[in-house]
Amino acid sequence: MKIHEYQGKEILRTFAVPVPRGVVAFTADEARTAAVELGGGVVVVKAQIHAGGRGKGGGVKVVKSPDDARQAAANIIGMKLVTHQTGPEGRTVTRVLVEEGLQIARELYLGLVIDRATRRPVLMASQDGGVEIEKVAEETPDRIYKAFIDPSIGLQPYQSRQLAFKLGLKGPQVGKAVTMMAALYRAFLETDASLLEINPLIVTAAGDLVALDAKVNFDDNALFRHPHLKELRDLSEEDPLEIEASKFSLNYIKLDGTVGCMVNGAGLAMATMDIIKLAGGEPANFLDVGGGANAEQIRNAFRILMSDAAVKAVLINIFGGILRCDVLAEGVIAAVKDLHVTVPVVIRMEGTNVELGKKMLKESGLNFTTVDSMDEAATTVVRLSNNQ
Amino acid sequence: MAVLLDKSTRLLVQGITGREGTFHAKAAQAYGTNVVGGVTPGKGGITHEGWPVFDTVADAVNKTGANASVIFVPPPGGADAVMEAADAGIALAVCITEGIPTIDMMRALAFLKDKKTRLIGPNCPGIITAGQGKAGIIPGHICKPGRVGVVSKSGTLTYEAIHQLTGLGLGQTTCIGIGGDPLIGTSFVDALQLFAADAETEAVVLIGEIGGSAEEDAAAFIKASFKKPVVGFIAGQTAPPGRRMGHAGAIIAGGKGTAAEKMRALTDAGVHVVKSPADIGRAVAGALKPA
Repeated sequence: MKIHEYQGKEILRTFAVPVPRGVVAFTADEARTAAVELGGGVVVVKAQIHAGGRGKGGGVKVVKSPDDARQAAANIIGMKLVTHQTGPEGRTVTRVLVEEGLQIARELYLGLVIDRATRRPVLMASQDGGVEIEKVAEETPDRIYKAFIDPSIGLQPYQSRQLAFKLGLKGPQVGKAVTMMAALYRAFLETDASLLEINPLIVTAAGDLVALDAKVNFDDNALFRHPHLKELRDLSEEDPLEIEASKFSLNYIKLDGTVGCMVNGAGLAMATMDIIKLAGGEPANFLDVGGGANAEQIRNAFRILMSDAAVKAVLINIFGGILRCDVLAEGVIAAVKDLHVTVPVVIRMEGTNVELGKKMLKESGLNFTTVDSMDEAATTVVRLSNNQ
Repeated sequence: MAVLLDKSTRLLVQGITGREGTFHAKAAQAYGTNVVGGVTPGKGGITHEGWPVFDTVADAVNKTGANASVIFVPPPGGADAVMEAADAGIALAVCITEGIPTIDMMRALAFLKDKKTRLIGPNCPGIITAGQGKAGIIPGHICKPGRVGVVSKSGTLTYEAIHQLTGLGLGQTTCIGIGGDPLIGTSFVDALQLFAADAETEAVVLIGEIGGSAEEDAAAFIKASFKKPVVGFIAGQTAPPGRRMGHAGAIIAGGKGTAAEKMRALTDAGVHVVKSPADIGRAVAGALKPA
């Protein structure tokens, strides 16, 4: 789960990580009030969306007075912000963070993730803060320093010191960095984060270390033990169809194509998208109905698929290991009837009671095409979608 | 032969009194697996569907001589169940549970380091040795004893591959679903090492998906030392970056973990990489043909 920068900073503050003073504002007037509260001097107005690259997209403005803060907020709130992470459709900004302006001497980078290969948390640091870290990793990977953390003993001060020296920090800054890294590691573990990124971590003109940005993602699987974090979810950042699907434990991701697909299992669902593409079509979605899909779930899955007007044909690809094909057929027939589905539906199913399932589909009198293999399924559904 | 699981396996089911645990314990037994009992904390002493139930894995091992365990425990207790199995000396622990927090698994894997337990999963369909036995949810009726080992991150896509191999008469030795989570007990490389040492396994099907670098690691291992033919498929060639495709580990992050990179690495290592999952079986048949 992703959260906003201001929410991430509030969490970091509770772990005693230094962050700028700031207030979230949902309207231009609130932004002005916030600027006054912060002392009436220079503030930064920052668009809050779940994507990076906001500055380049025009979503961050430095202003000198509360009135200017109001004006900047008025311009930013409601705008469609397009960054390299949002895609061309962009995101509508619903809120801004108004923050005290700080004198920046240096911009550094700190990040924490779990490294899959070593199965350990890794604390990454770089002197190249304030830019896309992916770019640094790609072009100059030797400029990213890493400390691998033994999960049973945690981050050790010497590891943090090593990173601090590599970051070129001096004197009292080293101790401050060590304290901050320890706090970040604690925050990472205690919130079950999957990513914690400070980019940039700044050294101020006065020599202090401050987290000027904060990107925090949580492990969805651990949210059950963090009810207060779950409340930070911002549904306006998510696709409405995806939210609807998640209510029925359906894993749905909307894509740009015209061939809707319904599959059991994540791997097979991805493979089905791939084979549609190979056959010359474009998948309209990823949809995993799970291993034990019942009639109700198939109905909901169809409803969600068909709410995407771009869908010209549907491919159902089910490998019933445990799920019986006659149960699947019954669910599909009922859903197509109830929902008045008119686009062609191609069904490829395999597994227990497959012959009975096929017979039921054939005798239903509905617009079904049943096929035996995955490649035949793909070529058929792509041909039918092109005829629509 | 085959790997990890055979007729001599004595299987325990952790979470045997739950719906899934009961269903799959019965299916495993029906397939010929020697299911010796189950564990459900607080229900020790009862008999469930004919099986003795124990409060702890340690008790169960003492009384039944179990050497393998399949775990159907809800996600909050999943990692704990893995560690309990390891502490009781279980040689093979297969964790089916989907949704275990990553940090829990990280700690469990650190705990496993000085134990002799091999963990398969979590978030996986388990393991089946065709005609001998199974631990997990892979349907037995689609398998047929044969010549090919299967190792895969995905569940139903594994069934698809198994089905094709059976249809072509090639059959399988052992099929291992290693799971789609970011942190897992057994990697592709681990599985390949096992298949390398198994005389009955003549070829291997490797099914990967986007995310992480386990496929690249497998490619390096194959290039360096794996002699048997390998057919590979990578799911997610059309997956958009930054989106988690169902499995917790299936995500292209920061431009890394794409299907294209993985396919390239495997092809470079001499793996027969198929673009379509429908071609897996045929590619194995081709690779097994005498030169």
